[in-house]
Amino acid sequence: MRYETVIGLEVHVELATESKIFCSCSAKFGGEQNDHVCPACCGMPGMLPIVNKHVVDLGMTAGMMLNCDINRTTTFDKKSYYYPDLPCSYQTTQLFSPVAVNGLVDIETSQGKRQIRIKQIHMEEDAGKLVHDDWSDTSLVDFNRTSVPLIEIVSQPDLHSAEEVIAYLERLRSLLRFARVSDCRMEQGSMRCDVNLSVRPEGSNVLGVRTEMKNMNSLSAIERAIEYETARHIDAIENGTEELVQETRRWDDLKGKSFSMRTKENAGDYRYFPDPNIMPVVIDDEWFDRIKATLPELPEVKKARYMTELGLGEYDAQQLCDSRALCDCFEQAYAVCGNAKEAANYLISDCMNMLNKAGLTADQLSINGESLGKLIKLVTEGTVSRPNAKKILAALFEQDIDPETYAKDNGFIVSNDTDLLKTVVKAVVASDPKTVADYKAGKEKVLMALFGRCMKELKGNCDPQTLREVLIEEVMNS
Amino acid sequence: MKTYLAKAAAGAKSVALDDMILTTALPTTAGSKMLDGYCSLFDATVVEKLQSAGYSVAGKLNVGEFGFDVIGESSYYGAVRNADGSYASAAALALDEGGIDAVVTVDINGAPRRSAAQSGKVFIKPTYGTVSRYGTVAVACSGETVGVMADCADSAKTVLGAIAGYDCKDGTMHAQSKIDAALRDAKPRKIAVLTGFDTDAEGQQKIEAFKAACEGAGITVEQADGTLLKSASTAWNILMCAELCNNVSRFDGIKYGYRSKDYTTIDELYTNSRTEAFGDELKAAILYGSDVLSTKNYMPVYDKALRVRRVMVEALNKLFEQYDAVVLPACSKMKYADIDVAPYAVYTENLYTAPASISGLPAVVCAGVQAVGKAFSDGMLLELAKTAEEGK
Repeated sequence: MRYETVIGLEVHVELATESKIFCSCSAKFGGEQNDHVCPACCGMPGMLPIVNKHVVDLGMTAGMMLNCDINRTTTFDKKSYYYPDLPCSYQTTQLFSPVAVNGLVDIETSQGKRQIRIKQIHMEEDAGKLVHDDWSDTSLVDFNRTSVPLIEIVSQPDLHSAEEVIAYLERLRSLLRFARVSDCRMEQGSMRCDVNLSVRPEGSNVLGVRTEMKNMNSLSAIERAIEYETARHIDAIENGTEELVQETRRWDDLKGKSFSMRTKENAGDYRYFPDPNIMPVVIDDEWFDRIKATLPELPEVKKARYMTELGLGEYDAQQLCDSRALCDCFEQAYAVCGNAKEAANYLISDCMNMLNKAGLTADQLSINGESLGKLIKLVTEGTVSRPNAKKILAALFEQDIDPETYAKDNGFIVSNDTDLLKTVVKAVVASDPKTVADYKAGKEKVLMALFGRCMKELKGNCDPQTLREVLIEEVMNS
Repeated sequence: MKTYLAKAAAGAKSVALDDMILTTALPTTAGSKMLDGYCSLFDATVVEKLQSAGYSVAGKLNVGEFGFDVIGESSYYGAVRNADGSYASAAALALDEGGIDAVVTVDINGAPRRSAAQSGKVFIKPTYGTVSRYGTVAVACSGETVGVMADCADSAKTVLGAIAGYDCKDGTMHAQSKIDAALRDAKPRKIAVLTGFDTDAEGQQKIEAFKAACEGAGITVEQADGTLLKSASTAWNILMCAELCNNVSRFDGIKYGYRSKDYTTIDELYTNSRTEAFGDELKAAILYGSDVLSTKNYMPVYDKALRVRRVMVEALNKLFEQYDAVVLPACSKMKYADIDVAPYAVYTENLYTAPASISGLPAVVCAGVQAVGKAFSDGMLLELAKTAEEGK
């Protein structure tokens, strides 16, 4: 018999805010243990939550990026369970009126294009972390991550294969990074995914027994987990190897297996209720429109525009559109220099090289696009030579400088002094009669040696074409 | 029996705080073994406001465990009694002792109102959202209010003026302009005594005297049907216990407070710490609150209580279309013996206080009687209290 896998995803994304969701502690990743804590986020008596408005901004942004309806009145609820990393023994989340509902996400796989429905997006706080100390055999709690803002994106059970799941997650990641909602780094845990999976005979419209899998830390682990779990379900149905029960399972990527964590019978009752300390957040037209206006052009729309309007090749356009930071820098540079091809080249080759060497991602690019544009203008106008432009770009990568001032200060301006040029060329030619003779004898390549030496003498500050012409003339006349 | 749990030197202008209000200078226990010796890292907003208004804190006063009982009988540090053996609140006894201008105390389930009525003090439970709750041990956040108990209406008013005011750390506060309006003086013109709230003979006499004092001051006194408002008690019990159960769940023995010595697993740590540190009345409330929030009971019980809250607010506001305030007793009798503070007694004794608790409306107790007004009529209620005082 043929089977159909039915998958729904719960994706947690850490929001790119400076501070936590209900207090002013830093929400940054890392830091000394329990450095980013205050009475509020470690659950001291007397604390009260105050909603971080930027969290709502980003929740709305995510909702709009995923074509959701925004709930104009959105409320927070408390979810109770005991665990040492949850200082209040309740998590503040959204159950009754989440920020966004009923969305749609386009995905593309080898099977073609599909739309995946989003059930809802809700805002909530993260929990802390337990750190086990093997020496003393005790567990300690680090509350740095407590109350770091998250959104949970819940899909409908519309996915049917690991390939679709990966395509969906990549699409989410691209959209959310583009809208600066989150950096979506699975390895740092700023994007996490729980997989709800069941299997049924093809053509059936009754859902099978569903299991929820947690603890997949990469896209490839998700792929392996889905393939394993699908096989386990089919095996159970066909061969009766085990009885499938509704449960939560933990994926062990090293063993390549999933293990039962808790069954439905053992699941706690979360006793949700509206948080009386947080007034309903009312999103008025002004707020709604302000967020709507900040939405970026979708990456595929940008890519098409770069190709048709700016004449970039598909490869270049795609490279730029992988990162919002590259796109922004490119567009700023283009606005100044008017040369799309040059701007794209500098970003894709030179800037990416520098980022890679510094161990940074494209999203971490901090070059001022206007300054890059000015530099490109200096190059294309012949004011600065290409090798010197690279030096200026390296300086620009470190801190924002004015390329022209920097070029002047460092003697990188191309000289129009033809007398100087001729003097240098004469000297070089006179110093190397052998190479000159070789050239005259037809070895045209040796000219580059002379060219290089002249360039070096001139510190790169001359127009290469003029130099070449003067050099050939001098060689032939000598 | 302990009145002052921790005493500081009283200054020229001084107040005592109940032990639900967090202070850095003195421990805050909420009357529970769970927080025995707990010292807060920060002062409550009301403490900061009192200090900047020139008040010193004379000490911390005993309260019932997490402050929701009849009058304070469930405190881990023992119940407080009057000379004749009847139950009292530490707040009332501290005022009798003298040396302080007022007691700042949280009204969670009416205990300060009952205490003020029985001891002849004035207590104002201000409009919800006019005094910051930041830094008070949370129990029933949707209704609890920081209030002031004093010997007379003027003292209560002065101290209320010092603690009321917008605080950005409490997300349920009203704008400063509304708070200012609440404190403004206004003369009551017409009030109604609610029917349906029976009390003992002494309590009935107090009501009659209150009526006479008002009429003597030219205030029209009528009678209005209060039967519908008797539903507030059951609904408030549901909401209060649900919120209480959730709020005290942070006391798990992990971060601070009492931790059992007897555990090997994390579940044992939780269970034994809470079993050993929580009193019976609190445990019953936790169980009840947990049950009303269960998936099975949420819609038929908890959600219904939320809807009853709205009905109560509407019923009260309807009365306030006609009357400046409604008058009712604050308690079933004027002295509490053992039987009156028996387990679960509070769930029926709060019949009188629940309407103002569930609606967040201001209430004043004076001359043994309670008056409830519309939102932001706190100044008017204190005027009414003064009238009753003068007519005494």
